[in-house]
Amino acid sequence: MINVSKLKKGIIIDHIEAGHGFEIYKELHLNDIDDVVVLLKNIPSKKMKQKDLIKIETDLPIDMNVLGLIDPNVTINFVKDGEMYKKIKLTLPKVVEGIMKCKNPRCITQHEEVKEIKFYLVNEDKKQYRCEYCDAYTTFMEKE
Amino acid sequence: MLKGRHLIEPGDFQIEEIESIMQLADNIITNPKGYSLVCKGKLLASLFYEPSTRTRFSFEAAMLRLGGEIIGFDDPNNSSVSKGESLGDTIRTIECYSDIAVIRHPREGTARLVSKFAKEMPIINAGDGGHEHPTQTLTDLLTIRKYKGGCDNHVVGVCGDLLFGRTIHSLVKTLNRYEGITFIFISPKELKMPENILHQLNPDSYRETTNLDDVIGELDILYMSRVQRERFVSEEEYLRLKDYYILDKKKMRKAKEDMIVMHPLPRVNEIAIEVDDDPRAVYFKQAKCGMYVRMALIAKLLGVEDNND
Repeated sequence: MINVSKLKKGIIIDHIEAGHGFEIYKELHLNDIDDVVVLLKNIPSKKMKQKDLIKIETDLPIDMNVLGLIDPNVTINFVKDGEMYKKIKLTLPKVVEGIMKCKNPRCITQHEEVKEIKFYLVNEDKKQYRCEYCDAYTTFMEKE
Repeated sequence: MLKGRHLIEPGDFQIEEIESIMQLADNIITNPKGYSLVCKGKLLASLFYEPSTRTRFSFEAAMLRLGGEIIGFDDPNNSSVSKGESLGDTIRTIECYSDIAVIRHPREGTARLVSKFAKEMPIINAGDGGHEHPTQTLTDLLTIRKYKGGCDNHVVGVCGDLLFGRTIHSLVKTLNRYEGITFIFISPKELKMPENILHQLNPDSYRETTNLDDVIGELDILYMSRVQRERFVSEEEYLRLKDYYILDKKKMRKAKEDMIVMHPLPRVNEIAIEVDDDPRAVYFKQAKCGMYVRMALIAKLLGVEDNND
């Protein structure tokens, strides 16, 4: 077992489904920050058999919206002075901006360069979102 | 207050605002001369990236009858689009010259996108692919108001291509906001109403069928639509479905005496010509309502409706 030192401040993203850790790392743009980031993958877990985990030693605010989309079952622990002071469970975000792409081939966003497209949650179970432009439903994690 | 607003989908306006447009349309019908100069000095940009007869002509006729003028194109190959110009750049340029713009485009969501580039110029969606056609909805509402006395408490049969029919999507979402409306959706299985529209309705307020004969006797309004060749990828599929429903005299005998038949036009085979003489067929009167309601809309969005004589 690899040991990683205890976090003094920042965020621990726990209970990530094994294999999703790197995806979260990319979507949170953790490569762009200068602080310490540790990605652990395939850690043995009683509940999940295997899980991924990310530790970020930072004061910077991080947009957690995207996490709800990638893996709504993750737990986020906030750490200050070496102690965990807040723990939250994620839900799917009601509005997502700049992450998803519309899957409707007739949508204008497939043909013109459109930045920061908004999607509105319509069905939590199916992870379905409505495109702000064409109103078509798109399911997150559909392959591009 | 509608001055300066965009109309991208009917949901952009409150029912009271829609009703105020209807009221103005009624006033214009009663006193067309009084409104013949309200848009003097104003310019409408007519941007048709897709063919249109009724919508384009009715918008242009509407602006001219209000005393305004028109610039634009009906073939994008005659504009800078053919040089690869983006929609955003086109709209920002047009806003330098025009007071109001009407856009039709084959891609869904185009009008919403261009409205984000227009700083002060109102944008009117004249149809975006199979998505929305809000001014047809205003036309339909004015027709229903005129020939059925109001838009509340009707059983509305919607028949034909419910999947790609943008006029239908806009109308159903809007009528759903009125009181006591029941829908009967009549379509082949392949052209059913999309789930994103059905989700917006109360499940008790509609039912679906493939058989027009079975339900025609229950209807107050029958809204027919064309199976649109241009929306199909497969020609074979289009040919199989295009004549699925044909409204003829025989079917009309089963309908109520005061049912009205509407159609956004153009029609192909879905209404037999023999039905045209039936007093319940109002689709050509509906086309005329389209011009008046667009006059009212333009006047409202430009805030000039009170300049009448």
